[in-house]
Amino acid sequence: MTEELFQITDKPIQLEQLVAKVERPEAGAITTFIGTVREWTKGKRTIYLEYQAYKPMAVKMLATIGEEIEAKWPNTQVAITHRIGHLEISDIAVIIAVSSPHRKAAYQANEYAIERIKEIVPIWKKENWEDGETWIGDQLEQVSYPEGKPQIKE
Amino acid sequence: MITVLLFAQLQEEAGNGRLELELVDTTVKELKETLQREYNLTKMDQVMVAINEEYALPDDRVKDGDIVALIPPVSGG
Repeated sequence: MTEELFQITDKPIQLEQLVAKVERPEAGAITTFIGTVREWTKGKRTIYLEYQAYKPMAVKMLATIGEEIEAKWPNTQVAITHRIGHLEISDIAVIIAVSSPHRKAAYQANEYAIERIKEIVPIWKKENWEDGETWIGDQLEQVSYPEGKPQIKE
Repeated sequence: MITVLLFAQLQEEAGNGRLELELVDTTVKELKETLQREYNLTKMDQVMVAINEEYALPDDRVKDGDIVALIPPVSGG
């Protein structure tokens, strides 16, 4: 495997490249998750997003998720690429590809990976709303910065 | 000397993503308190700390040459 399985990039992510990283003869299933930029969140309109990462640690944490998956679902292969920088509506922010001999593990491990990304990988999303901007503090939009609502630009 | 990296909201509050501090033999907890006071950082109770790219605990010690990152709640994906 010459290509890195876990990457942070500022370029558009190519699905075929992720799939190619996990293809192997013993696989009978490959699942892919594509996370895209959503326009509307609870009635608020997003214009664009900015993602920032602590890049070397983010790559390490993605690899840690890969290790956790290997421990929970042996003989799976995982590849994850997360994009950072400026993303427009419908742009792809993250792709996760998992291969396994049988489909169940590939589905389960893929969902596990996105949940763990939202917990441990040092990547932050800044919502640029119609009426202001907010660094999002967690994925349920329960903790946001700085005051739980968009900062209105004067 | 230690290097402190700040991200997201904290970077905007501090006006800088990278600080260099002359601090010796401090704990993560003490460092957070110092930074909160000197740079008026908010919501520090939710902030995790990594030392040299590994998550650290409040009582872990920060040594000369360490790279310390303040990690607010993450929102990737």
